Amino acid sequence: MADFTSLGAKAIRDGVASGDFTAREVAESFNAAVAAAAELNAFIVTTPDHALAAADAADQARADGKELGAMGGVPIGMKDLFATHGVQTTAASHILEGFTPQYESTVSQNLWNAGAGMLGKLNLDQFAMGSSNETSYFGNVASPWQKAGTNAAMSPGGSSGGSASAVAARIAPAATGTDTGGSIRQPAAFTGICGVKPTYGRCSRWGVVAFASSLDQAGPMAHSVEDCAIMLGAMAGFDAKDATSLKMDVPNWEAALSSDLKGKKVGIPREYRMDGTDEAILDSWEQGKNWLKDAGAEIVDISLPHTKYALPAYYIIAPAEASSNLARYDGVRYGLRDLPDGAGLQDMYAETRAAGFGDEVKRRILIGTYVLSAGFYDAYYTQAQKVRALVSRDFDNAWSGCDLILAPTTPTASFPLGSLADDPLTMYLNDVFAVPASLAGLPAMSVPAGLNPDGLPLGLQLVGKAFDEQTVLNAGLAIQERAGFSALKPNGPEKWW
Amino acid sequence: MSDYRIQGQTGEWEVVIGLEVHAQITTHSKLFSGASTTFGAEPNSQVSLVDAAMPGMLPVPNGECIRQAVRTGMAIEAEINAWSRFDRKNYFYADLPQGYQISQLYHPLVGKGSLLIEADDKSGIPEDKIIGIERIHVEQDAGKLMHDQHPTMSYVDLNRSGVALMEIVSDPDMKSPAEAGAYVRKLRAILRYVGSCDGNMEEGSMRADVNVSVRKVGEELGTRTETKNVNSVRFVMQVIEYEANRQVDVLESGGSIDQETRLFDVATGTTRTMRSKEDAHDYRYFPDPDLLPLVLEDDFLAECRASLPELPDAKRRRYTDGLGLTPYNARELTAEVETFARFEALLSATASAIGKSETKVATQTANWALSVAPGVIKSAKENFGDEADPAHATAERQATILAMQDKGEISGSQAKEIFELVLRTGREPDEIADTEGLKQVSDTGAIEAVIGEILANNDDKVEQYKGGKDKLFGFFVGQTMKAMQGKANPAVVNQLLKDKLG
Repeated sequence: MADFTSLGAKAIRDGVASGDFTAREVAESFNAAVAAAAELNAFIVTTPDHALAAADAADQARADGKELGAMGGVPIGMKDLFATHGVQTTAASHILEGFTPQYESTVSQNLWNAGAGMLGKLNLDQFAMGSSNETSYFGNVASPWQKAGTNAAMSPGGSSGGSASAVAARIAPAATGTDTGGSIRQPAAFTGICGVKPTYGRCSRWGVVAFASSLDQAGPMAHSVEDCAIMLGAMAGFDAKDATSLKMDVPNWEAALSSDLKGKKVGIPREYRMDGTDEAILDSWEQGKNWLKDAGAEIVDISLPHTKYALPAYYIIAPAEASSNLARYDGVRYGLRDLPDGAGLQDMYAETRAAGFGDEVKRRILIGTYVLSAGFYDAYYTQAQKVRALVSRDFDNAWSGCDLILAPTTPTASFPLGSLADDPLTMYLNDVFAVPASLAGLPAMSVPAGLNPDGLPLGLQLVGKAFDEQTVLNAGLAIQERAGFSALKPNGPEKWW
Repeated sequence: MSDYRIQGQTGEWEVVIGLEVHAQITTHSKLFSGASTTFGAEPNSQVSLVDAAMPGMLPVPNGECIRQAVRTGMAIEAEINAWSRFDRKNYFYADLPQGYQISQLYHPLVGKGSLLIEADDKSGIPEDKIIGIERIHVEQDAGKLMHDQHPTMSYVDLNRSGVALMEIVSDPDMKSPAEAGAYVRKLRAILRYVGSCDGNMEEGSMRADVNVSVRKVGEELGTRTETKNVNSVRFVMQVIEYEANRQVDVLESGGSIDQETRLFDVATGTTRTMRSKEDAHDYRYFPDPDLLPLVLEDDFLAECRASLPELPDAKRRRYTDGLGLTPYNARELTAEVETFARFEALLSATASAIGKSETKVATQTANWALSVAPGVIKSAKENFGDEADPAHATAERQATILAMQDKGEISGSQAKEIFELVLRTGREPDEIADTEGLKQVSDTGAIEAVIGEILANNDDKVEQYKGGKDKLFGFFVGQTMKAMQGKANPAVVNQLLKDKLG
């Protein structure tokens, strides 16, 4: 059997469309790779039949002379935060173990409509809360990357850790992610792949298990900027079932891709030069500037003065929303019910939620409950919302002098699983560069920039104006062309799984 | 000013009352989902994925619910907030699938307004009074627990979950059970005029949380209690009566009132503690991040205003000032939507049947509608049961009766007889009058003949009359009517007698 797992989404779609190979061959190839990669623990459940059925449909469509969809014949991984009809959907939590929705999320349905198929449901941090994929009830996800000279399992980042690991390990050509405060960009950076968080409202949240509603956004994770552009185009679109959905046409990002940045000004925010940022990260940032300059852009210094308040504000707003969003997991209607003999309603709530939620989820529910409590609300929640407004205003002001912003995605490269498990604050700092764009609802992506001296991938982050995914993708393409980075051999990860 | 006082051992106590009325908005679907709102459906047959709070489900506001709440706000002459927002009220209960109720705490849709309760001596309201309304906000209803389905478990019915409610919060402006009763009745009438709520208190479409406190006249406000979910005007008044007296007893025996939530027991007419302040929830209100702020455009507001019907106060004024009805008749006819609708249909039909303006026939139509017709319907029901069908009493048939009476073709008692036959048979009144001989004789020739005979047979009385005994005129009328078996038109009889007797 030929191996198609080195192909990305565009190559598969175009190859199927032109008849170079069949979608079924591709799906079989990836199904086999998924089955052989159990050690990564990237999937919670696999759905080889779903992938094959979609592949057969694509092949049939081609045989019938029909045009294939934007993702025609591409098997993908689906983060297990998206409700999938008839397929267990858990948010990586015990409290939803065995829950099988009778509905399909808008984003996943859009992808199926575009011709994609599903390899399986991808592991993640429980309820998307985490930056290392260590909070899943279904076990840690390992990155395919290892630090040079060691064989310790490394974190793929989180919360979209399963998505990142699967794409980087080439057991899925592309995967969905969700990003609340960096959950697409940080794992993409950790695993040497591309990941896009679009403008808030681009992708419907309907059918996506909610973490923090005002921040949650779905987006693509894939090998290349082109693949991300294609997949985002398939995922996005107005949805009347989501009141925060953007009522705007989806541009043809793929068609308008161009790495010529002439006339574009790239802002370099001085506040992102933080203590504790790796030298290698700073070096790659410098490199990134040079690449964008080489692509025709002008580099300008900018200031985003409230950057340092963004992370604390995020860790008030996101848990506050989560504490309320997760109240529905109460053992009454679906999911886990822990009802000891003779117990009443309150006991059932307490037992169910104690047994069903993991420690990090409980921590955030407690934080969120606290900051919304009478007497604390103004000091925490109201104040954090003011900070959020100031962070947004920082960006608004910056746009008077630049068209997009270049920054590191993360302050460090990946770390060994378990090394930060007892240090939630350091863990939270992973998202320090990602969170401001989330608070402002802006489109942002992480593009691989190269490897650090330990042989671990580093990412560069591009942040654009609201609705201007195109400029973000174009700059990403410019970096991609110059970085020459590929997670494929010879500089890709050694297969150890 | 209300003179309602509780006579305590230490003196007179004044009662202060505020009401929070929950009114279910009349729409086909729920506030944030497409599920149906029909009352009385099989449990859990009207539950969408959103109402059941399945993972990943999102609320989308139902524009018609917003529109009805805005129209209601306009009907109480309230400020409409073109920018409002939904908040989450967080608490755990089995009838609340999301674990929060979507409501509006910080920025309600409707701000300050007011409502007039009218003087009604009979009910103890000496003069007209304006009751302030603090706000109206829109929120979701919860589901319902059923405790009688299983020996050890409770069942949950989510049909009501997510149904749209308006919470209408009054100022503490009411001082007696009568005022509170009048407020609820008036509010109900306005809601029903506007069409934003069917006002059906038995089905729970409208229910009140009753806030009561007492104080010595002129002193500071006392601590209040809140009695939840009271579902009739009578019960609202009972709650106030009971609570006010209970609070006076507690205070006069040296105790203090706890700010607490209480429940009304319909069977005993008393209230009891539901939860004390210490057990009060911390609802952790915050803006619902699933929903954008609600921004109302000028066009939308203009349409809401244009669609408002004539409201109770305006209608009542038009009935007295325009139609010349008595204040009592105007109030009776405008109290209920069905009543004025029937009256206005009848008025219009009567005016055209008689060929006069509505103003000219309003008083006779009102008397018919308020006293004559209900009396006939009642006695026909008593005497003939289901054979008497009020559905036969169309506006046109009643107008025909009124027109025949107006023209002197039938007498008042004939009108009643004809109407009774209409109720029993559904036949047309003019046809009944003809075939059943229920018509007055206005034929001067026939009447003159009878009068001639009577005068001839009573020449002594004619002499006396001519000699100045005017009272005998009534005798001649009576004799004539008797001779004509009551069917002579009294006006014609009078005229002819006057002519003959000179």
